Amino acid sequence: MENPIIELRGLTKCYGSVKAVDDLNLNIQKGEIFGLLGPNGAGKTTTILMMLGLTDPTSGTAHVCGYNATTSPIPVKRKIGYMPDSLGFYDGMTALENLIYIGELNGISDSEIKDRARNVMRMVGLENEIDKKTSTYSRGMKQRLGLADVLIKQPDVLILDEPTLGIDPSGVKEFLGLIRRLSRQQGLTVLLSSHHLHHVQQVCDRVGIFVKGKLLVEGNMDTLSKNLFEEKAFEVSVLLRNSLALPWEYESEFLQLNGIKQVAVDGQQIAVTSSHDNTPEIVKFFVLKGYEVVGVQRKEHALDDIYQKYFEKSLNL
Amino acid sequence: MSNFVVSFKRNITENTDEPRSNPFWVMVRREIASHIRSWRFVLLLGLVALTFFGSIYVSFGNIGDAVNDVKDPDHLFVYLKLLTTTDGNLPAFHVLLSFLGPLLGISLGFDAINAEKQNGTLIRILAQPVYRDNLLLSKFTGSLVLVGALFLVLTLIMVGTGLFVTGVLIEAEEALRILSFAIVCVMYIGFWLSLSILLSIAFAQAATSALAAIGIWLFLTVFYQIGISMVVKALVPASPVLSETDILSYNELLFRLFRLAPSQLFADATTTLLMPSVRSLGLITMEQMAGAIPSPLSYKESVMIVWPQISGLIAATVACFALSYYLFMRREVRS
Repeated sequence: MENPIIELRGLTKCYGSVKAVDDLNLNIQKGEIFGLLGPNGAGKTTTILMMLGLTDPTSGTAHVCGYNATTSPIPVKRKIGYMPDSLGFYDGMTALENLIYIGELNGISDSEIKDRARNVMRMVGLENEIDKKTSTYSRGMKQRLGLADVLIKQPDVLILDEPTLGIDPSGVKEFLGLIRRLSRQQGLTVLLSSHHLHHVQQVCDRVGIFVKGKLLVEGNMDTLSKNLFEEKAFEVSVLLRNSLALPWEYESEFLQLNGIKQVAVDGQQIAVTSSHDNTPEIVKFFVLKGYEVVGVQRKEHALDDIYQKYFEKSLNL
Repeated sequence: MSNFVVSFKRNITENTDEPRSNPFWVMVRREIASHIRSWRFVLLLGLVALTFFGSIYVSFGNIGDAVNDVKDPDHLFVYLKLLTTTDGNLPAFHVLLSFLGPLLGISLGFDAINAEKQNGTLIRILAQPVYRDNLLLSKFTGSLVLVGALFLVLTLIMVGTGLFVTGVLIEAEEALRILSFAIVCVMYIGFWLSLSILLSIAFAQAATSALAAIGIWLFLTVFYQIGISMVVKALVPASPVLSETDILSYNELLFRLFRLAPSQLFADATTTLLMPSVRSLGLITMEQMAGAIPSPLSYKESVMIVWPQISGLIAATVACFALSYYLFMRREVRS
């Protein structure tokens, strides 16, 4: 296997006694779109800052493109395009001037810089707003300008911190499509942090769920859901016309049905967890016992559940 | 510490290797451009220009008397007289400048870092391949270049107008003195600039850092002198007991304490540079004065007198800058 483009080894960051990032190990390969998924305050931004050398890790190392981000941040920053979660531009300058400034800081030659700026503005669909002051830009436009801003230096790695924050749903779709297209066309490695699973799910090849400074699980969507299914199996909820009297006389009998693991009764609602799909048997059981079944719902495992499950787990730690 | 040294070495080697435009000058350019476009600078420019032309106007009205005053050993330095003569209504330009200078320095620097941080531009810039110290230095250099240009222009206007009105050719020594005066002004403003940049790093809110800077300025110009006088008065025993040398030494102490304030250093330096007959900044005993003819000093001698003051100003500036560097280099930058 070739060398990973981002390699984090035992990365730890403490603020006082609080561990913001706890012994994080992560490899990201070239050309991959990796989603760092976690709730607010999970340490996603801190991890990203350590990759950029903007904050020093308490222990461990972060290597990006073969450079140690802590001791030699400059070559790392040449390779990374970083889009922070709250974007700011110089309000007194036009979008073009803002882009040119960033280009100049990256040492792009004067002859090339304007062409590149127009090119990236076309890519993100802002070519008509190029001479407007950035103070007149809307949130979504700023977000796209932010992407143009990281693309102008032609980076090898894109790091986007909460890129979908504050954009409307259609904008999100478009934005993520753009990122995916760019990654595929130019072989860019993308690290995307978000607390929004649906956004991550749309574009990422691989996802890491990150809670309280720890990477709980890492892999592509299939692996994640498989892991979950092994444990949690199927859920069926049955709705009856009349409330079930407790204690339930048939409880032990019901539990002997094939594969039933757990039953939770809440008035008319009965939630059954079983190791495989045995919805027909469950319904038959109720009908035979003379209950009036009003509704049966087999729960589909949405990815939201995966997310929820891992978060719950971590909260119970 | 070793990290700093390594980064410094790297800085040097990389800069020489790179033929492309240096990011440092790119930042300085942007800094100057944004200042020039801002209302703040226009207002300050107006204020300084108003002071300058006001005091020059007053001194033009009195220049005839000043130059004909034979008792004054400096009466033949027409251009120095233009800068220092007053009719008592408006203080001379260099005195006004000891108030305006801090204002200029503070207002150019008080939001240098924290405003960028609040706008979210700081993290974007630091995510580019630039050194952090270059950012600080560019803030300082950019503002100082502006101030320097401003004072050079004012000096040239003054000399030009003087030439036009009086018809007297400027002498080399006068030109040197006026130029040095401008440089000392820039240095003095540089001190306040680096102090306010330091405060802009220390405080997250621009308003807080501005207030802190103005507080320090007020303290040093008003309360510091009062405080020192009170303390020294309390320390000095009742006068009949004191010998002449004791009085001298107490006075010396008083002056030394005064000179901890940069405004005092600036006042000393400019007075000596603009009035060639000033021979000493402390007390002179009768014995020392005996036999001395009141005559102007040469440029070199005046500079020798104010050299400690100038070094003091530079040292204070560098100290503030070093502290800013220390605070800023390893700080975590978040948006």
